[in-house]
Amino acid sequence: MDIIVLLKQVPATETSVNIAADGKRINPDGVKWVMNPYDEFAVEEALQLRQKHGGTVTILSMGTDKSVEAIRTGLAMGADKGILINDPAAADCDGLGTARILSAALKTMSYDVVIAGQRAMDDDNYLVGPAVAELLGIPHISMVIEETVENGMIRCRRTIEGGTVVLEAPLPILFTTQRGLNEPRYASLPGIMKAKKKPVETKTLADLGLRGEDIAPMVEILGMRMPPERSGGRMIDGASAVEKAEKLVNLLHENARVI
Amino acid sequence: MAQGVLVITEQIEGAFRKVTYEALSEGKQTATALKCGTAAVVLGHGITGIAEQLGTYGADTVWVADDPALKEYTVDAYTNVVSDLVRKEDPAVILIGATTQGRELAARLSARLEAPLAMDCIALRVDGGNVTATRPMYGGKVLADLALKGNPCIIAVRPNAMAIRKSEDAGTVEKIDVNVGDTAIRFVEKQLEAEKTDLTEADIIVSGGRGMGGSDFSILEALAEILGAAVGASRSAVDEGWRSHSDQVGQTGKVVSPNLYIACGISGAIQHLAGMSSSKVIVAINKDEDAPIFAKADYGIVGDLFEVVPAITEAVKKLKAQI
Repeated sequence: MDIIVLLKQVPATETSVNIAADGKRINPDGVKWVMNPYDEFAVEEALQLRQKHGGTVTILSMGTDKSVEAIRTGLAMGADKGILINDPAAADCDGLGTARILSAALKTMSYDVVIAGQRAMDDDNYLVGPAVAELLGIPHISMVIEETVENGMIRCRRTIEGGTVVLEAPLPILFTTQRGLNEPRYASLPGIMKAKKKPVETKTLADLGLRGEDIAPMVEILGMRMPPERSGGRMIDGASAVEKAEKLVNLLHENARVI
Repeated sequence: MAQGVLVITEQIEGAFRKVTYEALSEGKQTATALKCGTAAVVLGHGITGIAEQLGTYGADTVWVADDPALKEYTVDAYTNVVSDLVRKEDPAVILIGATTQGRELAARLSARLEAPLAMDCIALRVDGGNVTATRPMYGGKVLADLALKGNPCIIAVRPNAMAIRKSEDAGTVEKIDVNVGDTAIRFVEKQLEAEKTDLTEADIIVSGGRGMGGSDFSILEALAEILGAAVGASRSAVDEGWRSHSDQVGQTGKVVSPNLYIACGISGAIQHLAGMSSSKVIVAINKDEDAPIFAKADYGIVGDLFEVVPAITEAVKKLKAQI
């Protein structure tokens, strides 16, 4: 089975972010970069599929030189090889542009199952997975918490608001991950050592037959700003828990008017 | 030339999700500013009866795609039907609720129609015929204003972010021919938790963290019951196995924006704050007066949540008895 994992390197969630001088992006100084948390579930699920069905796990990522670290983490977990699409012309790509680039790469590869994180923790677009599937002309299932592949079909349980849905589709398939799908393994020390020798190929847009115009962004960030600062409000005091509780309920009803 | 606003509605078991009314109300405002009409599309089976009410939320026309093949949502069938309608009606702006289904449908439509997509928007503005969308990024740590260059553009609207406006207006309901085309995905079954409001749709959330000390969340459930609230959890509580993944509020869980968020025994890590900081009112209860959450809460109580929370439940009961 040929399993491809779409991977992105993103700022760690415990990092605070600052807005850069031009007001249109975040300031990369001091940011800690990690594999997108939802992509960890993707790598883990890929490894489990390989365990059951045999085959290879390839990590496909679009990024800069720095992104190689995140690919190496995936290789250290156990993936077989990596492909990095690294091209300055892709720097200001929007989500659809990223999907075009990744699908152009996938069209040169053999794939049975493509796994992507449901969203990247920076853009929060939820776009790339389903858009890649659309551009490849294959079905996708998003927010998967459980999956089984058998006889050329995949059966998935996925979350929706208020519950779960079970869906079935033929391979090739793309699915995106949801928390609860698995427990991603930690890279072991032997795994980290082996990863250094695993192949990571680099490609440019030209290698994929794409030009800058093919990925011209249609979504433009006009500006970024900090959300309204929430500052501490009122500490409620009282002689007892009951007194504090009654004061709170009164404030919520009379002042805040939320109950 | 592309013209008009089209709102893609979402119904489940014959009832529209609340975000549909929010998206339609916002769509109507946008259409008024653009001086064009507002349409809505309803997909499903046996749903023609629920279409008419959408007129009162702003739809001039309600397109109804009523077909057995659409009874249960599958993204490929719905993408095919909606993209056919878009190609026929040529709207300039498409709105959809940013729910699990809405997001993936918007993403596939974006790729199919080459339409720029702004995800999880909390505000829209029209400036001289152009639509600018505002949305959180980096888990809510920043807000971004986006320009969408292309027609149609797709705006996915965050639940609980926009106001619902109702009027006495009526819309025309029109059935459309449905051709689901080639589809690969088969619906097998669904399991809905009855009576449970999803966190992303809840008006009030009572949430528990490490301070709960274990999986017994009954005091929070009792408070939630009397408030008509949903119960959430911090990552710590979920990692401990006390609550399920679907209850997690936070940057790597669900991002929520209720009117009232009551955080019990939650210290206030950056990632948790990212998940609930757009709540209208935040209440924090924690026995540690130095817990970072107090710096972001509108009201704070330092105390033992096992005493304070039941006392709040009693006080709410008393209040309800008086009103």
